[in-house]
Amino acid sequence: MGKKLLLEHINVPGIRTYEVYRSKGGYSAVEKALKSMSPDDVMEEVKKSGLRGRGGAGFPTGMKWSFLDRKSDKPRYLVCNADESEPGTFKDRYLMEHIPHLLVEGLILSSYALGSKSTYIYIRGEYKWIVGILEEAIAEAKHAGFLGKNILGSGIDLEIYVNNGAGAYICGEETALIESLEGKRGNPRIKPPFPAVSGLYNCPTVVNNVETLAAVVPIIQMGGDEYAKIGVGKSTGTKLISACGHLNRPGVYEIELGLPVDEFLNSDEYCGGIRTGHELKAVIAGGSSVPILPGELFLKTVAGEGRLMTYESLSEGGFASGTMLGSGGFIAMDETTCIVHNTWTLARFYHHESCGQCSPCREGTGWMEKVLHRLEFGHGHMHDIDLLVDISKKIEGNTICPLGDAAAWPVASAIRHFREEFEYHVKYPNKVKDSRKAHLPNYKTVTV
Amino acid sequence: MSDLFKVTIDGQTVEVAPGTSILNAARSIGGEIVPPAMCYYSKLKGSGGKCRTCLVEVSKGSEKDPRPMPKLVASCSTPIMDGMEVKNITSPRVLEARKGVVEFLLINHPLDCPVCDQAGECHLQDLSYEHGAARSRYEEERRTYDRIDIGDKIQLHMNRCILCYRCVFTADQITNDRKHGILFRGDKAEISTYIENVIENDFSGNVIDVCPVGALTDKTFRFKSRVWFVKPMNAHRSCTSCSGKVALWMSGDEVYRVTARKDTYGEVEEFICNTCRFDKKKASDWIIEGPRKIERTSVISLNKYEKGVKVEAPKKIGYGNTL
Repeated sequence: MGKKLLLEHINVPGIRTYEVYRSKGGYSAVEKALKSMSPDDVMEEVKKSGLRGRGGAGFPTGMKWSFLDRKSDKPRYLVCNADESEPGTFKDRYLMEHIPHLLVEGLILSSYALGSKSTYIYIRGEYKWIVGILEEAIAEAKHAGFLGKNILGSGIDLEIYVNNGAGAYICGEETALIESLEGKRGNPRIKPPFPAVSGLYNCPTVVNNVETLAAVVPIIQMGGDEYAKIGVGKSTGTKLISACGHLNRPGVYEIELGLPVDEFLNSDEYCGGIRTGHELKAVIAGGSSVPILPGELFLKTVAGEGRLMTYESLSEGGFASGTMLGSGGFIAMDETTCIVHNTWTLARFYHHESCGQCSPCREGTGWMEKVLHRLEFGHGHMHDIDLLVDISKKIEGNTICPLGDAAAWPVASAIRHFREEFEYHVKYPNKVKDSRKAHLPNYKTVTV
Repeated sequence: MSDLFKVTIDGQTVEVAPGTSILNAARSIGGEIVPPAMCYYSKLKGSGGKCRTCLVEVSKGSEKDPRPMPKLVASCSTPIMDGMEVKNITSPRVLEARKGVVEFLLINHPLDCPVCDQAGECHLQDLSYEHGAARSRYEEERRTYDRIDIGDKIQLHMNRCILCYRCVFTADQITNDRKHGILFRGDKAEISTYIENVIENDFSGNVIDVCPVGALTDKTFRFKSRVWFVKPMNAHRSCTSCSGKVALWMSGDEVYRVTARKDTYGEVEEFICNTCRFDKKKASDWIIEGPRKIERTSVISLNKYEKGVKVEAPKKIGYGNTL
């Protein structure tokens, strides 16, 4: 049984309310920090913990915080990125829905460390009902004296505001999120300047994911050094993984980083294996934008070592044979999945969500979607496959924000690992028309 | 002076003030090494970074931190650092990426240059001549829109638009109310004045000048002549709302159109008002200073089309399609 830091009390009835959360030791980290620690101490603990951003990029949080411009006389802002829209990722939703006070507590601690007096939660448009849950939690915390003016007599003021987005994937990109929060069109900004220098209302701003901010609570409770002992190497602490797809037990699981992939997939404590009677074909390990891997490469690296659920182990082999931990949106697919159809679906999503600001992403995502549509429905040619690879190469790295990369990687990796399936769609156009089923039986599947 | 930063672009070193962008540093050297820019406009605040044609490779970050930048960067929006080394036309990566960007810009462009008023002074035409491929690999339908009249003097033809946002910044910064913007998103995004609102502003005509392609055209000049048949003349008049310094495009004594004076990079020197642009169409309205040199190296003014472009015969590959 792995250690649970975030979801320890998730099954306690009424944990959503302040009283129950408090009775389970909630807000003790705030008391500890405000009474015995300076803001710099809090930041130091986060640095020591080795916590990495849980939103997908895995950037060290302590380092991100240290970039914040403290010399400026402008107010500093903390913004919580709850615009979780990556297909396959639903961990933040689970956390906010069931244990909102954990996020509120994490926000108080982080705001204290960063010196933010107004902190914003930017929540995805489709999570409308969670706005009420969060606002209730904020009101309860305020009533108990953990928010508002002069918190616990420390002289610190803090207000938390919840802002509902309008349902755009692009607003999960931090500068687009800031634009949207300012009431403008959600287009990513051209960097530099980075938000740490000029973010919300041109003031220094830190944007962090929900899970990252929630993880600050156990870090303060147990100390950064203790937190860093969990996990392997540079992947410290625990991570929420939202598992979905052809699994016996899909759901949100908290794992200690370093858990063997095999155990996560097959243990009854977690996913419980691929749905009974089927075989594993492919895995998208960290949300739809990371490269897709065939089952075999996902379980073992090219060198034959079993992979672990860590940032490093999953990306071993680079993009040729590896993937990324990303945001922890784990999608498993069995032998009934048609990879071409799956890739087309993802391409359609990125085409729909491109903001249209920069040319490679605006035009390239639409082009890829159209070519994949042709291939899926049996109107493609052999050269279309190379064309797709070429388009994805020309988008990747040449765009303003990472949406271009996110659109290019799934297509490039699907062709890299499942080329025969694409070729089958070209060779036998009559057999693939209007069907979602896999056309190559047991292609690249592994029994697990 | 020690407070200047030294930057090397394609082997040529120049000293510029801190905060200058790579593109402007390159422009201070001039010549072939200047990256092309479709969306950046030095006179418009906040422009740039969108078209990605000006991507360059930074092979050395700075004197203090010599690590190269992993990705290609937009030269119009990346400030230089002391000791930075930049590769533009000497980098195969940059040329490859630029070729890709040109292809992306052209896949939904109608390529109707023979009937487009912008032909001959179109930045996209020049760019695709310099960096594009002779054939398109795009087989799908192009997106199309109806033409929209923005008032009685300006026509918007979204089919040709490359969404550089220059006209949006112009309408925002030169004119005083914000009616002109972007609707929708992704490849469905379009420039609009929202429900065909007329732009009634004395400086609205400048959106025509900033447009790098033929998306915004002057209705008083539409289909009157090809630009290479009319001669640009420097002229001025005393105007109460603008400087009155313009370029007249004339044939004989007839004034075909009035535009602002543009520099080497196709950027206007001074914005002009609508009265000068649309209403003063007689030679007697103006004091003509003399012929104006066209600084632009457009493919037509350099007679590059006469050399001919080699196009390979298309290969048949079955299903009646060609590669």
